[in-house]
Amino acid sequence: MSFPVILFLIVAATTTFSALGVVLSRSVVRSAVWLLGALIGIAVCYFLLGAEFLGAAQLIVYVGGTLVLMVFGVMITNQGPFAGIHTKPVEWILGGSVASLLFAFLVTFSLRAAQPSPVSNVDTLPSAGPIGAAFLGVPDERGTAFLLPFEIVSIHLLVVLVAAAYLARAKRRPAAKVESHG
Amino acid sequence: MTELLSEYLPSWLVVIVLALLAAALVISFMGASALLYIWAERKVSARMQDRLGPTRTGPFGLLQSLADGIKLLTKEDTTPAVADSFLFRIAPYLAFCAAFCGFLALPFGNGLVSQDLSIAVFFVLAVLSSEVFGVMLAGYASGSKWSLFGGIREAAQVVSYEVPRSLSVVVPICVSGTLSLTLMGQQQTGWFWNWAVFHDPFSFVAFFLFFITATASCKRAPFDLAEAESELVAGFHTEYSGLRWSFFFLAEYGSMFAVSSLAVLLFLGGWHTGFLPFEPTERLGYWWGNLLNSGVIIGKSTLLILVMMWLRWSLPRLRIDQVMMTCLKYFLPIGCALVIGVGLWQLYLASAIGEETRYVLAGASVLFALGVGLSLFRPVPGEWKRA
Repeated sequence: MSFPVILFLIVAATTTFSALGVVLSRSVVRSAVWLLGALIGIAVCYFLLGAEFLGAAQLIVYVGGTLVLMVFGVMITNQGPFAGIHTKPVEWILGGSVASLLFAFLVTFSLRAAQPSPVSNVDTLPSAGPIGAAFLGVPDERGTAFLLPFEIVSIHLLVVLVAAAYLARAKRRPAAKVESHG
Repeated sequence: MTELLSEYLPSWLVVIVLALLAAALVISFMGASALLYIWAERKVSARMQDRLGPTRTGPFGLLQSLADGIKLLTKEDTTPAVADSFLFRIAPYLAFCAAFCGFLALPFGNGLVSQDLSIAVFFVLAVLSSEVFGVMLAGYASGSKWSLFGGIREAAQVVSYEVPRSLSVVVPICVSGTLSLTLMGQQQTGWFWNWAVFHDPFSFVAFFLFFITATASCKRAPFDLAEAESELVAGFHTEYSGLRWSFFFLAEYGSMFAVSSLAVLLFLGGWHTGFLPFEPTERLGYWWGNLLNSGVIIGKSTLLILVMMWLRWSLPRLRIDQVMMTCLKYFLPIGCALVIGVGLWQLYLASAIGEETRYVLAGASVLFALGVGLSLFRPVPGEWKRA
């Protein structure tokens, strides 16, 4: 076994262990901490593949943004001391079967799509510069540009922002009745 | 280094040895600098409050932090009975790990960096922003209302201040056209008017915006609402004692250094003195040049940290609504305007008046600094003199 494969196995084992922790943990915030481990593990996988930009984006979006907001939400909405989850047996069966179906599908699909021997090709993945240029419509060496998807995602994000501002706006009470004194 | 080792060791062992070496260097640097900065913090605060500060331990009280460290090591490590003990124990390490990972991509010289990422700026910002997670967990898991309030405040403040901080970082990125900190440092070679802060008026403002928002995201006073001791006992670390408590402060001083050296690399010329019109590693050789480089970068960052201390002991703590208003109503629009402004500048004005702007901004800043320096020596009016 080559050194990159061993490194990948260590990272993958840690990620899987954390992912199991997310599912099996009884407390919401403990699940969030296990999720932190899983997300960081995936980011490290990206770094191992040489996709530095993707790894850092994973860290800033999921760890710095989503996870912090999740814990923040639990902190301010929680009624009791520590929030717990109680899973019924039916939910275990349902969730477990959906997860194993998805897992089987992903394994067969990725084994068919990918070559059986993955070679770690660190230098061929583009850095942030070519990705940004491709987003602005400058075709890369394979002739692909992503101006339209980029614009669609931008407008989507803008709509989400406007909707969030609308939902969070200060609710004006209907104007109080002016009572006539006299 | 890699070539030297690969003569004796197999390639996978070289990777492991170099990784361990870099990690050990970064950890010992973080520990040693935190000891010195804590001593400096106490001396600076004493000076500003007309006291002496630590004097008994060693010359000028230099060993005070070491004595504190021994005290913290021997203290009992307590966990409250109502706390979520797993999260309570893991929180300080999470905060410390985030600060530690920030150092992995910070260059201390030309090529003197643990891992030379092509997106180093983005990586450092991403990792440093996850330090808040440890603080929030500490606040949540302590099972104490003061800690919970501290954690909530910290989360709200840091998440908001991240936005203008990132916007102000975009300005030097627009100017340099790269996300690599090593390349950014190399672009600022030479005299001090080549520094990015003097490149155009927008970068000049962006430096101050970055510095203020970075101070806020390190939860330093006047933004230290997470541990406001007059309201929240000690905020998120109320329930901590001993070594776990000190890990929060290692993380705080570590991230102070990380954001300061990020400011130095982005705006203040990186490892260049500003008075040597050449790259030191090219004239003096790799090791001697980088010795000078790392000295310069640590010196500049220390100056910025001293400014942070100066602010901490001069300004009163803001209220939480003032903190949020400053961020959302002022810093955020200023940041957006700076990004648009620097884009227009690069498109239309940089070729026309770029050079003149550099000289004017650099000259005015030097004159201002000289003026402040000279004003220290002005004759003291008679009634101010001590009798």
